[in-house]
Amino acid sequence: MAGTAQAFQSLIKRDLKLAGRSGTGGLLAVFFFALVVTMVPFGLGPDLKLLARIAPGMIWVAFILSSLLSLDRLFQTDFEDGSFDLMVLSPLPMEALVLAKCVAHWLTNAVPLLIATPVLALLLNIDGVSMGMVILTLVVGTPGLTLMGAIGAALTVGVRRGGLLVALLIMPLYVPVVIFAVGSVEAAREAAQLGQPVDIFEPNFFFLMALTLGAGVLGPLAGAAGLRLNLS
Amino acid sequence: MWSLANPLKFIRFSDAVLPWVSGAAALLLLVGFVWGLVFAPEDYQMGDTVRIMFVHVPAAWLSLFSYSVLVGASLFSLIWRHALADLAARSAAPLGAAFTLLGLVTGALWGQPMWGTFWVWDARLTSMLVLFFIYLGYIALWEVIEDQQKAARAAAVLAIVGSINAVIVKYSVEWWDTLHQPASVSRLDAPAIHWTMLVPLLILALGYTCLFFSLLFVRMRTALAEQRIRKAQMARAAEYWD
Repeated sequence: MAGTAQAFQSLIKRDLKLAGRSGTGGLLAVFFFALVVTMVPFGLGPDLKLLARIAPGMIWVAFILSSLLSLDRLFQTDFEDGSFDLMVLSPLPMEALVLAKCVAHWLTNAVPLLIATPVLALLLNIDGVSMGMVILTLVVGTPGLTLMGAIGAALTVGVRRGGLLVALLIMPLYVPVVIFAVGSVEAAREAAQLGQPVDIFEPNFFFLMALTLGAGVLGPLAGAAGLRLNLS
Repeated sequence: MWSLANPLKFIRFSDAVLPWVSGAAALLLLVGFVWGLVFAPEDYQMGDTVRIMFVHVPAAWLSLFSYSVLVGASLFSLIWRHALADLAARSAAPLGAAFTLLGLVTGALWGQPMWGTFWVWDARLTSMLVLFFIYLGYIALWEVIEDQQKAARAAAVLAIVGSINAVIVKYSVEWWDTLHQPASVSRLDAPAIHWTMLVPLLILALGYTCLFFSLLFVRMRTALAEQRIRKAQMARAAEYWD
């Protein structure tokens, strides 16, 4: 048991180290994120009221697009250079392996995007309450995105240039996450506009948490199944 | 079910069943469409546009039914490595996608005169669109992975994960009270539509189901024939090589 926990930790440490040394992976996604958000005022015109209205949804959509960029590489690099075979031989069960990869991937890819979010949200003239709620829903919801994404990444790990396919497989599963996240932001914004106290813990937010927790179960299970079938 | 795992037995079985199922489909669809589109009464509010329902409702039912068949076959193939179940799942997917698209398009055509718009982002409509995308993703996954056995298992995992959406489609109308009306036929008490419309609708639903199974069998037989041709070609090529 101790061996398993240690393997879990060292796998995460290894991935963090690799991401730190190869450098640009997470930053490129942030750059892409910034570009997508910059495109919005060009597409819709610089009306600040309109931008403030759509900011939470736009941030969420841009965040998802940016996080999809690196998703197909979640298992593929290890798969190609053979280190995956060694991980399989470790005491770590396949499900825990998927979970560890997801944790490391979230830390190296989603966290830089999260740090960039406040600045980009300001560019869209977001108000204070929405800003707080967007960040909160991203923190709660994006681990779910990574865990669901792991399913797509695992199923297509043997496919060369499967990036687009992962997006096609996974985006339909992201729909409820976006619905509840933006619903949660909207509820808080409306309450603030009416001068009522903002209650974070309303049904949308609970659903968002439930989705992430559900993905925490389903993602490792289905991801491990996907990896196993690609092993032989 | 078990004996049908043998392709030869399946072919014999479908040889016997196919004419009946496709005949029943043709008969039921003919009766249902003539009854529904010509003889059924107009709705007192919707007028003749209500007739779109006779195409729309069974298509929507079948889109979920096809997905259930897809998931059932996928579970079967994952648990028991049932080769024919893979074939059934793969063959069911384009049929389900077609029914989903038919449901979406006829729904839009009905929505324009009735709701005043082709499309609203209502829970039912959105989740049906997502179901359509899941079908497309499923088909794409089969096409992309070359090794057929791996493709079968990957697609099966995806089908089972995607089944969560199918549940959302089913209950979306009850959970989120938006524009699309809740079910009016399969209620525990009396159905909320008059029997002169209900009977042709049920005949059509049965007809669509027969159509689904006859097309499913034809597609599975075609896929089996393709496999055989490929094997024969390989054997020929190997002979030349020697």
